[in-house]
Amino acid sequence: MLELKNIYFFRDNKQILNNISLKIDNSKLIAITGPNGSGKSTIAKIIMGILKPDSGCILFNGQDITNISITQRAKLGIGFAFQQPVKFKGLTVKDLIELSSGNTINLGEACNYLSDVGLCAKDYLNRELSSSLSGGELKRIEIAMLAAKKSKLTIFDEPEAGIDLWSFNSLINIFEKMHKQIKNSSIVIISHQEKILNIADEIILLSDGEVKAMGKKENVLPLLLNSTSKPCKVMVEKGGNK
Amino acid sequence: MDDKFNLIEKNLLKNIADIEKIPMGAYNIRENGKSIGRNTTANIDIVSKKDKPGIDIIIKSNTKNESVHIPVILTKAGFNDIVYNDFYVGENADVVIVAGCGIHNNYCETAEHDGIHTFHLSKGAKVKYIEKHYGEGNGSGDKILNPQTIVYLDNGSTLEMETVQINGISSTIRETKGNLGINSNLLISERIMTSENQFAKTIFNIDLNGENSSVSVASRSVAKGNSKQEFISNINGNNKCFGHVECDAIIMDTAKVVSTPKVTANNINANLTHEAAIGKIAGEQLIKLMSLGLSEKEAEQQIINGFLK
Repeated sequence: MLELKNIYFFRDNKQILNNISLKIDNSKLIAITGPNGSGKSTIAKIIMGILKPDSGCILFNGQDITNISITQRAKLGIGFAFQQPVKFKGLTVKDLIELSSGNTINLGEACNYLSDVGLCAKDYLNRELSSSLSGGELKRIEIAMLAAKKSKLTIFDEPEAGIDLWSFNSLINIFEKMHKQIKNSSIVIISHQEKILNIADEIILLSDGEVKAMGKKENVLPLLLNSTSKPCKVMVEKGGNK
Repeated sequence: MDDKFNLIEKNLLKNIADIEKIPMGAYNIRENGKSIGRNTTANIDIVSKKDKPGIDIIIKSNTKNESVHIPVILTKAGFNDIVYNDFYVGENADVVIVAGCGIHNNYCETAEHDGIHTFHLSKGAKVKYIEKHYGEGNGSGDKILNPQTIVYLDNGSTLEMETVQINGISSTIRETKGNLGINSNLLISERIMTSENQFAKTIFNIDLNGENSSVSVASRSVAKGNSKQEFISNINGNNKCFGHVECDAIIMDTAKVVSTPKVTANNINANLTHEAAIGKIAGEQLIKLMSLGLSEKEAEQQIINGFLK
């Protein structure tokens, strides 16, 4: 479905991506993980077309999409849930879900998308996507928008961050539902959370802008646990980091 | 009755008052300086002024669920139509008033309408006032609207005012004055868009005189092209009161926007706040909508439409 070939990206005196090559097949749930600053979000933005690589190419279903716009990539079937959802003064939750799905939606359909993220359509549909909503609410609406978009390839950038009191299991249910309902679709989730890594078919481990490991979770998870840095001594003494 | 208006007139009326034919209830339709249709009801009387152009609209106490439409249309150029409309709203009445002015100018001369609307709301009265301004036509002549709204709110009365000017007005200076009594509320929502070389200035002078009176002004505007906008508000808290002003502007191209929200507390129990923001459309907003499949132009249009909703 998606292939990155020899992607390089250099910014602010730092090689953020250093010769990244990877493949994402149809019908896969892939997790990308790695320490902060390892290049995870940059890869996501390069796939969506928000950032342009210095060199290398991106193939989507055999088509070279390296030089095409964000809009064209979205139309080809790529979707991206932002780590920090964008606010819009005036545009409502209903407007955004309709723009995502490409159609007008009725209350029943809206309820379907919003209830999956733990929000009641009647309470939220006509609310502005502005600062009047909490970070957690905005994040859930962002996820509902991507569920409504029904892309062939959807990338979630740290979807669990700021999800507040909503249950983690519900989030996982959404990914599994999307994966099942959209035929041949693949989902890429950027995450640090073990629970999310556990549902992935494959895990890509990034570090310092390079792919350190890629493969079935059974093979990559142990590497990940071994590579974790030693816990802080003070925190361990205080019982906060065991 | 529907054939009373030609296509130009129907289009203007649709844009300013959401009507294409004679409205229900009380109305007065003014075209090119003359009244071309009027209707009164048992509770709402409309009387022509004798000393100057304009009408008095007298709404009886306890009138409920009725509306008054007083649209003005200009299809000729070369004159300035000044009109004084005074609304006297009786105690505990609850009505909707729809005003507005549409100009179709196919000429090189200026077409101007200055509507001075004065509202006197008695105790407990509630009014929703909707005012839309719109201009069109291929002529090079300016389309100018300088409306004034003067509001006197008696004990416990509420005026909710929605003003919209989205298209086609070359120049406007809009002034709103409020004199608020005890427990009265004034809620103002303003939407303005200017483009090309247009100019829009909006001024709010509100005196919160009565105990527990409140005002909320929410202004959103988009300045495109080489247009200029100015927002000025003076909120004076003269008693225990609440006042909030919010003015947001999106600026595009080579447009200019000045925003001056001023609040003055003349009483220790006056609670007054203001917010002002001017900025271009955020890049991340465009990127988000493009990632949903919209082109950059479509994304921009959606953001503006939503902002001015």
